[in-house]
Formats: sequence, C-alpha cells, structure tokens
Amino acid sequence: MPWNRKDLITIENLSVEEIEQIFKVTAALKRTMGRSVKKLPALRGKTIVNLFLEPSTRTRIAFEVAATRLSADVISLDMAASSTTKGETLRDTAQNIEALKADMIVIRHTAPGSPLYLSRLLRIPVVNAGDGSHEHPTQALLDCFTLVEHLGSLKGRRITILGDILFSRVARSNIWAMTKLGAEVTVAGPSTLVPHWFTSMGVKVSHNLRTALADADAVMLLRIQHERQTSTHFPSLGEYTSMFGLNRTRAGWLKPDAIIMHPGPINRGVEIDSDLADSGQSVILEQVTNGIAVRMAVLYLCAGGSPEAMLKSAPAS
Amino acid sequence: MPDLTWIKNGRIVDPVNGRDEVGDIYVNEGRIVGSLSTGQRKGAHVIDAGGLLVCPGLVDIHVHFREPGQTHKETIQTGSHAAAAGGFTSVICMPNTTPAADDAGTIQYIQDAIQREAVVRVYPTGCITVGMNGERLAPIGSLKRAGVVAITDDGKCVQNNELMRRAVEYASMFSLPVMDHCEDSSLTRGAVMNEGVMSTRLGLQGWPAAAEDIIVSRNVILSTHTGAHIHLQHISSATSVDIIRRAKKRGVSITAEATPHHLALTEATIAEYDTNFKMNPPLRTEEDRQALIDGLRDGTLDCVATDHAPHTDYEKDKEFDFAPFGIVGLETALPISLQVLHRESGFSLLDSISLLTSKPADVMNLDAGSIGEGAKADIAIIDPDETWTVTPESLHSKSANSPWLGVALKGRVRKTLLEGKPVFADGRILTG
Repeated sequence: MPWNRKDLITIENLSVEEIEQIFKVTAALKRTMGRSVKKLPALRGKTIVNLFLEPSTRTRIAFEVAATRLSADVISLDMAASSTTKGETLRDTAQNIEALKADMIVIRHTAPGSPLYLSRLLRIPVVNAGDGSHEHPTQALLDCFTLVEHLGSLKGRRITILGDILFSRVARSNIWAMTKLGAEVTVAGPSTLVPHWFTSMGVKVSHNLRTALADADAVMLLRIQHERQTSTHFPSLGEYTSMFGLNRTRAGWLKPDAIIMHPGPINRGVEIDSDLADSGQSVILEQVTNGIAVRMAVLYLCAGGSPEAMLKSAPAS
Repeated sequence: MPDLTWIKNGRIVDPVNGRDEVGDIYVNEGRIVGSLSTGQRKGAHVIDAGGLLVCPGLVDIHVHFREPGQTHKETIQTGSHAAAAGGFTSVICMPNTTPAADDAGTIQYIQDAIQREAVVRVYPTGCITVGMNGERLAPIGSLKRAGVVAITDDGKCVQNNELMRRAVEYASMFSLPVMDHCEDSSLTRGAVMNEGVMSTRLGLQGWPAAAEDIIVSRNVILSTHTGAHIHLQHISSATSVDIIRRAKKRGVSITAEATPHHLALTEATIAEYDTNFKMNPPLRTEEDRQALIDGLRDGTLDCVATDHAPHTDYEKDKEFDFAPFGIVGLETALPISLQVLHRESGFSLLDSISLLTSKPADVMNLDAGSIGEGAKADIAIIDPDETWTVTPESLHSKSANSPWLGVALKGRVRKTLLEGKPVFADGRILTG
C-alpha cells in the first residue's frame, strides 16, 4: 500500500491503514538500529529544518537523531534564535525557509493549527512536532507502537490516560490513535483538567481513579504541565498526588501484566512514585527508543520514501 | 427645479407602516411624499424597481470604522462605502479607535471626518470609561454635547460593577443608552473560541458562554435597579437569550442585538482554524444559534447588528491564537439575514426587514427605518433573487475578512438612496 501524504499534521485524519503502514516501516527501521553502523543513506542530500517555536529538548533531539540516522542535514531553529521575536510572521519565516531550499520542515509551535497552516502554504513536507494543546502525532505513534509491541493488537484493550488531559496534545493524539486501533480508552484526572467534552472524541471520562484503573491493560501518565493551572484548576501538586498520583497500591488495580507509560519528562513523586517509574512494568525508556524509529519512519515516508523498499532493506528475521 | 424621484413598480416593504405591496414611492426634496403631480412626474428622476424590493435604508447600530488611528483597516469613508453597498443608510460606529473616542475632541474629529467623507449617516458613540480602561468614567456629558448617540466600551466590558452602575445611572440623565459588550474577562483569558466539543478537539482555549451570561445577568440587575436603558451587544448564547426574555417579561429596560454571523454560523466552521471565523464573542453551537433565531422571533432580541470589524489580510493571516477577533459584515448582512430569517426560519419579509431597519432605529432612537410619507427618503432597493459570490474585490470595505469569501449569497443591493439621492448604484459608489 502506498503512502500518499506530503505532511503529517494530525492523527485525527490518518486512516488505520496509514498508521499500520507507519508501524511496518518503523519496525524495519528499528531493526536497523541494532546494527553497528546505524546510519542509513535514505535522506542523503536532504535538508530538514526543525522549526521549534516553543522550547523543547526531547522532541527536538529525537527528530535530530532520526534525521541524522537517515543521513539528512539538520538545521534546528529554536524560539530564541528565530526571527519571530523580531515581528516576522510565521508565513514569512516559513517562506524564507523554503526559499533556502530546505526539503522538509518539522514544526513545534504553541499555537494549535499552525502546522496545518504551514502545510497549506508550502510545497515541502511539514511534520507536526506538537501544536499547542492540539496534537503531537509522532508521540502518539511511538506510544501506540510501544503498546502494540507489548500487547499485540489493541482491539478491545483497555487503556487509561491519566493526568492533565485538557491541555495535552499527547492525550488528543493518543485518543485518536488508540481508538482507531480499536482500544477502549478512558481519560482520567481532576474534573477541571478532564472536561466531559472529551466523550465526543469516543472515550470515557472518569474522575474516579479506582474505576479508571480497574483492569486496564496500560496506563499512560501525563505530566501536570501548566504552572498557571495550579492557581485555578486544582489546589496544589500535593493534593494532585494524593488524589491522582500513581503509587504501588493504585498500580495494583491495573491488570497484573499492565504496562506503565509516560511521554516524559516525568516528575518523580508527583504523577508517579519514583520506584514505579523504574519498575518492570514501566516502558518509559522503550518509548524513547521507539520515538527515534517512529520519527525516522515519518520523515522517510513524508519525504517520499517507498515503504516497500525500506521493508526489503531491513526484513524481519 | 425641485429634486424629484419616482420609484416605480417595486415591492414596497415598509415595516413601520405594515406595508408589503407592489407600488410606487415618490420623493420630493429628500422626503417621501404621497404622490407627485403629473407635471412633477414628468420632471422626476425615474427608477424602475420592477421585481425589486424597496425598503427603508438599513440601520446598523454596531460597526467599527477604525478612524482615527487604525485607518489601514478601514476609514469613515471606506466604511460608509461598505455600508452604502450593503444597503445601510444609518450606522453607529464604536469608539474603540486609537485613541479611544473618550473625549469631545476625538468625537469632534470623527464628526468632521463624517461630514467630509461619509456617504451615509454615521453616528458616533463615546466610551464609558477613560481609554476604555474600565477604571474611571469618561466625560459622558461632554460626549453627549459633542453628539454621541450612546456610550460603550465595546470590545472591552466594564468589569467593575460599581463603575458600571454609576455609568448607567449617570448616562440615563442624558437619555444616553449604554451599549455593553457582555464578557466577564476573568473567564476568557487566553480564550479564542467557544468552549465545547470543537475547542476540545482543536486544542484551542475555550471561551465559555458563562462569560457572556454572567454580564448579561449583571446588566439586567443594574437596569432593574437604576431604570437605565442598557443595550446588550452581539448576544451569542442560549442562556443569555433566556435571561433577557425573562427580564423583558418583567419590564426591564434592556434591549439586545444579534449578529448575522451568530445567526448563520456555528463553532463547527472553525474545524480548519480559518481566522475569518474568529470573532468576539465566538461562534457557538447549533442550540445557541437556534435560540438567537427564536429570540428575534419573539422580540427577546430586538434587532440585527453586524459588528462590522475590519482587519487587514496580513493581520488575519496568522496562527488562530494570534489573529485579531472580528469580521466585516456590512455587505453580507442583508443576504445572510434574508437567508437565515426569511427563507430558512419562516420570518415574513416585513419582519426580516424590520430587524434591519425600524427595530434597530427604535432601539437607539434614530430618525430612520421608515419610508412612510414624510420620512427622510433613505431607501435601499434590493434584488432578493440575485446570487453573487463574495470575493475581496466584490467588497467596498478596505478589508475583506469575511467568513463568506468564496460563498454564493442570494440577495443583493441594487441601489442605496440617501435623502432620495443615489449614493450606491449597481456596484458603484456615487459621490459628488
């Protein structure tokens, strides 16, 4: 099956087949990561610009590593260095980047919808590396790839996303990805951070941790990320931890072999007890490794790479 | 030679006089007269209105003409051109200019520009508070003397209840209505669209209807206690309609308007982050939209007003979060209102036109909105069936930030007459 997209903007508008296609290519690329020479020539001569208009270290580095492994040249622009602080519009910044003959833009932005805006403006591929509270498609792809590695098919699997759902792009992208793959998803946390509107996206909403975790196959924890919320959305981090933090007792409500996920960065002792983060149930570091493979796959496919060629070059043993 | 006009064979739609019939309208020296003598008819300028509607010139009590200070978006001249092209002959412009119209000097500046540049009647409003900062009363008496027809901090809402109470009490002494943009800003910090299903999906910060409902309630209470007339601008929420309906039953002196865009569109249109659907208050749900239509039907809402808010293409061409709120509306108000109210919701033509003419004139005590004998001959001649596509080139406003760009609308103004003289005819502004 071919890949026809120039851009990766949302999970919402991907088909199940497209997600599975990305996973196949991801699996092939992951196999190459075990080789002593990890670098592939796939994007040699291509220039990828990481346009990060919101501070990020881990996502930017993951995209840099992914691009480098594919032999692309990478230029990373972060907010402080960009001209947007001089009053240039996003349109002008992006058109300048295209005029420099870049081959692809990876964009992280505080404003929801900005990757869609760019993708309509530019002929070159645009990959969304997180747009405000909207979507973070590569994160959801790596999360679901990790889930499938552990659970096999997600059909009928119970997955709970716990924490700040309202402001989370990771939650939104994962809701789309997991439900498309057939999982039963519950989003849980304080009522102020998990508004009932989320049911319109095909998930259950719960403010009761015990019911939310009962018999789940996986739990994904999200960081409490917005400092400003602490004045209005809930009383204190301490109260959050006491009501919704994952500890040994609460982890016991999950299925015995359930996995614990976190997109990072984790706040030990806030949303998760420190020893749980390091336990055998935790797949947090696997997520990081898979994040490289998934982003390699996305860059490869959006640059016009053939899925079949990649599957042939790194066949499953 | 007296100035005579004979508008023949039009469908006369004159809500004040309950007139909806094919007939002729006669104008002598700028006023409607019952008839012209045979001799006068020979010398009259004849307009054949066969198949067309002949209505009072439309009245918009809520426009932004951006002058002084934001003339890259619109000027009193270009705004008045847009008004004339949309069939409007009387408009009330908001004071959120740069500087804000909060003193008699600025009002005089605006009056001078109106005198010099405007092709229709433009009435200024003044601010409620100095600089629209919500802290100190503006010189409301001087503003009245300079000719404002109302006071408002439109675009902002006076948050301090004591200050608002004193403002409405004080303004009532001059019979000046207070127009309020109802928004509790503590509930809308960072918000860019209606809070609900769509904001959740799009990851945009939600703007709860409660922000409007709370201030609508506040204003109902203040009007009850002071007896002052408070006009509630651009109502967008079903709960607000309900609050206003109950207050009116008790005889509270409040009036309210709805915009064509809140009557025609919902939050669902924002699916692709098009900033021409970003406005304040935001587009809401289908339930809210229906409540607004019902509110107009039973008189809970008094009239339609556009909130014509021009912004340049480069200001609107931004990330949704960063684009300014507002859309132009003068040139699309008539076809949209006819579509939503008359064709889709069963309002009679008379009722639909009244919401754009006599009713807004009543709300603001303007001498406008009638083509009965003796009235000023401000007239809109409309082809109700002509279909046209909205493009930047088709608009006379300096800005083209319309949610209907590329959309075919039914109903178009053919001619606009001010005191019997055509100021707009067949797509062109006529000056001098």
